[in-house]
Amino acid sequence: MSTWATMRRGLALSPELRTGLAGTLTLAVVSMVGRAAVPVAIQQGIDRGLRAPGGPDLGVVGAVVGITAAVLVVTTVCGYLMMRRLFTVSETALANVRVRTFRHVHDLSMLHQQSERRGSLVSRVTSDVDQITQFLQWGGVILLVSTGQVVVTTIVMAVYSWQLTLVVFLAFLPAIAVIRGFQKRLAGAYGVVRQRMGAMLAAISESVVGAAVIRAYGVSGRTAAKLDDTIDAQRRAQSRAMTLSVTSFSTGELASGLALGAVVVVGVLLGADGTLTVGQLTAFLFLVALFVQPVQIATEVLNEAQNAIAGWRRVLDVLDLEPDVADPAKEGVDLPAGPLGVRFAGVSFAYPGGPTVLSDVDTEIAPKSRVAVVGETGSGKTTFAKLLTRLMDPSTGAVLLSDTPLDRVRFESLRSRVVMVPQDGFLFDATVAENVRFGRPGLGSDGLALAFAELGLADWVEGLPMGLATPVGERGEALSVGERQLVALARAYVADPDLLVLDEATSAVDPATEVRLQRTLDAVTRGRTTIAIAHRLSTAQAADEVIVVDKGRIVQRGPHSELVLEGGSVYARLYASWLEQTR
Amino acid sequence: MVAESTSRDVLVRGLRILGQAIREEPRIFTVSVVGSGMFGLLTIGGAYAVGAIVGGVVVPALEDGRADTGLLFLVAAVLVALSVLKVGAIFARRLGAAFMQYRLQASYRRQVTRRYLELPVAWHQRNATGTLLSNANSDVEATWFPIAPLPFAVGTLIMLAGAFVSLFATDWVLALVGAAIFPALFALNVVYSRRMAPRQIRAQALRGEVSAIAHESFDGALVVKTMGREAEETARFAGRATELRDSLIAVGRLRGIFDPMLETLPSLGTLAVLLVGAWRLRQGAVTVTELVSVAFLFTVLAFPVRAIGWVLAELPRSVAGWERVRRVLTAEGEMPYGGGVRDGRGTPATLRFESVSFGYEDSTVLHDVSFTVPAGRTVALVGPTGSGKSTIASLAVRLVDPGSGAVLLDGTPLTGLTAGSLAGTVALVPQVPFVFDDSVRANVTLDRPGVADEDVWAALRMAQADGFVASLAEGLDTHVGERGATLSGGQRQRLTLSRALAGRPGLLVLDDATSAVDPRVEAAILGSLRSADPPATILVVAYRRATIALADEVVYVEHGRVVATGTHTSLLASVKGYADLVTAYEKAEAERERERAYEDAS
Repeated sequence: MSTWATMRRGLALSPELRTGLAGTLTLAVVSMVGRAAVPVAIQQGIDRGLRAPGGPDLGVVGAVVGITAAVLVVTTVCGYLMMRRLFTVSETALANVRVRTFRHVHDLSMLHQQSERRGSLVSRVTSDVDQITQFLQWGGVILLVSTGQVVVTTIVMAVYSWQLTLVVFLAFLPAIAVIRGFQKRLAGAYGVVRQRMGAMLAAISESVVGAAVIRAYGVSGRTAAKLDDTIDAQRRAQSRAMTLSVTSFSTGELASGLALGAVVVVGVLLGADGTLTVGQLTAFLFLVALFVQPVQIATEVLNEAQNAIAGWRRVLDVLDLEPDVADPAKEGVDLPAGPLGVRFAGVSFAYPGGPTVLSDVDTEIAPKSRVAVVGETGSGKTTFAKLLTRLMDPSTGAVLLSDTPLDRVRFESLRSRVVMVPQDGFLFDATVAENVRFGRPGLGSDGLALAFAELGLADWVEGLPMGLATPVGERGEALSVGERQLVALARAYVADPDLLVLDEATSAVDPATEVRLQRTLDAVTRGRTTIAIAHRLSTAQAADEVIVVDKGRIVQRGPHSELVLEGGSVYARLYASWLEQTR
Repeated sequence: MVAESTSRDVLVRGLRILGQAIREEPRIFTVSVVGSGMFGLLTIGGAYAVGAIVGGVVVPALEDGRADTGLLFLVAAVLVALSVLKVGAIFARRLGAAFMQYRLQASYRRQVTRRYLELPVAWHQRNATGTLLSNANSDVEATWFPIAPLPFAVGTLIMLAGAFVSLFATDWVLALVGAAIFPALFALNVVYSRRMAPRQIRAQALRGEVSAIAHESFDGALVVKTMGREAEETARFAGRATELRDSLIAVGRLRGIFDPMLETLPSLGTLAVLLVGAWRLRQGAVTVTELVSVAFLFTVLAFPVRAIGWVLAELPRSVAGWERVRRVLTAEGEMPYGGGVRDGRGTPATLRFESVSFGYEDSTVLHDVSFTVPAGRTVALVGPTGSGKSTIASLAVRLVDPGSGAVLLDGTPLTGLTAGSLAGTVALVPQVPFVFDDSVRANVTLDRPGVADEDVWAALRMAQADGFVASLAEGLDTHVGERGATLSGGQRQRLTLSRALAGRPGLLVLDDATSAVDPRVEAAILGSLRSADPPATILVVAYRRATIALADEVVYVEHGRVVATGTHTSLLASVKGYADLVTAYEKAEAERERERAYEDAS
């Protein structure tokens, strides 16, 4: 996307930015006039007051000073109003962008979410947005004011003397050409800074998250060296960008010296002809200073602008990603009431650009049945679960719940009726109670206690230091992996779904607890459909029916007692090694 | 965690931080202050040059209507020369300041991250990942933020002193105008920064919270999605984002009040000079030249004086950042290593727990745990969920130290071994595998010396990982993505197991390390471990009978205590809890069959 297109689309993203824009701009223009007021006052004061015939005329000087002071007060007030409006509007607009982007990230499909680094998704709703607001408030204003300053200064200069104005412009032309040239290199240099910054943050993050591994393997020396490298590379990139920036800035300074010199020479020559007064020429010297400032500042602002545009582009990149597993919302339908049946009709699935994981799956699961899906690692059984809960859509074919195509079901209906418990039962940094309540907001503490009791986990809760109020820590890390799975299971249980999908949901729980859980789950979920993805065949033994997946196809199906008798089958083989493992 | 402190206190502490910065980078600071001072003097010189040119060249020439071309070119040359000198001064000042800031940032990032590597795992567990990340990144950045305008501010002080001297030399009445305006400007700056400080600190804290919510929410995206809680999560985020918005608007309003005032004040000073100057001119106390010079001086000084304001404005943030950085640098509790070296690399070691207790502030996890794993033997650690098995595993490889009691390797306490010897002897394969964003090879070798490609393949073979690695597009060179995102759970587990095996450890600790691997593959892994030569000492946290069967002995724990130690058969006969645990599947099956028989019969 080109710079302009990004800007246009970025601005279109926040129509709020246009609120009262005309007023804000007017205020900005008025507040800018204050800057030109002082040189004009000096010119008037010198020509009409100080050099008045018959000695300095205090009255005239007093009048000039009084009027200018009044102008300054007005422009200061305008400046305040302008900034106040600007901040309110830009912060409001960008806060909305933040929230919209956040929501959009959650609306993206699981595959999209996983294809991005967490950190970079987070920065879309934090630092990228900050960069845009910073530019709008600081750079944007300065750019506006600076442009205005150049225009106003030019007009005032031209009124005093068009010849001298020409001289000033001629002195600045080469500088502007040079600064433009630097602009490209600067953009590149700051790009490198950002990239190095990303690499450094990634290295730091890994050293923090992987602290235990680094410690256990005694590789802190290697890690330290890697960290030092990225830290130093970042410093070098910053230094290089700064050197370029200062060089570019200095060009403006040189130009101003050149302009001053030229103004004195040409001005005196003109003045000698009587076309210019002392006051006008003096004012010109001040005006050159006013002219050089914005040119120099613009260099830095343009860098800021580059960053802001890059930020906008990254935010737009996320917003432009169409959620490929989208909520049909209003056009969708609700799932019919009652227990849900499942049908896979000619379903195949392949990851984008990857091999086919499931092929030609045609199967039906009756309402209220308890089914186990088993298979070796990589057989496609987890994909089965993801398609079933519409975390992904099949490449071909359709998944139907009680004869309703899954992609036509509104998410609100789908997510309240179909709940999956993933293997990594992610917990939020809150208490056990709050984590379970995530499955059913508003559930009272009695309800929570009852749920744990129904699952046969009351003892476990009692053993926690603070019972249900025990904090689980970041990602639940204050609990053991098995305990986290218990909480995740309770969370799904209180959501009270009609179809419960368990994807290795108890893989880290001890066998006694698992068996107990299974029995209680069977009891409490009776009358609903349960599909359990498992490699512990105890789950399969307990199920009404077992679906065996091998190399992306369903190869066997039936109750455990029958499948195990099919000699030489995949299931018989799996069961044999399971027995070997557990007996 | 932001220390609540008065603004005076902040000022003092902030200045102390600046002092420290100067002590650490004295040379580069000197260069940039000299540059800044030079810049200031040149600026004042420039003002006087303009005055002198107006009075000495412009006025006479315009009055006479005749210009001395030679003099004019000399004047022009002087002006250009002043510019060139100024450019030199700008380079010294700005690059000096920037390089000083960057060097300090880099140096403290190194120190903070070095500290992370030194501090124990227990310390890491107490601190949120996000906090540690921002300590090393934005807090270090905030600490050294005031360095960027510091030389400019110091140079401005020099310049102000010079300006006052020249003002008094010109005319004491005009000097008094300056004496009124500049302190007022300074005072306005101080008030500004004091009022700004709490608002900025609050905005910064809210930024952190917004980021933390986003981080957690995106981390748990799958749960949010499967539970259909997108709207609630968005509301949670929006709540904090709105607070941040309001606090940023508050910052903006304050800026709106002070920025225009700071800009107007020097202009008013210039006007005062004009008025007072006119009066003094009539008295004959000053000349037009002097008056113009003083007016120009006010104009050029207005901007640099704000640099002092920038430094002051950044101090509160700097102090807050420094507090957090210092918390890391001075954090206690690192585990010092001993000087002992274990002989016999690659030979099996004996592990002994002697009355080990361990706990956190609010709860005790392990009580008086004692057991031994003899060299070359395998011991299974069995117990219900949450009984303290993972803690024992962490203690065995010294990720944490016991509260009381001792963990011994071949009779030497783990605390007495050097880091290298410890890492070379013990290896833990954790329950949740951690994979680096690097190649398969780097993940297995971790750049440990003496781990060649054939060792890598041997380790992969033992962990049953050679098959999938060979089928990867670039084999050992394949990058596995952030936290191994491109691999399945079972593949990640096998990769971390290979990592442990590649070091040929004398003690291997497996913490339910094959939970995501299916039974057949697990059986193969256990088989190859059993037949290794020489056999490693293995402590394995296990539930499965096959794993337990591999063990020579079983340690059964419940609620953080060792309940029984013995062979599987003896424990099965004598310990009910153990029997319930390991026969759970059989019992369940038997019960199911009884039920079926009952159903069939009825």
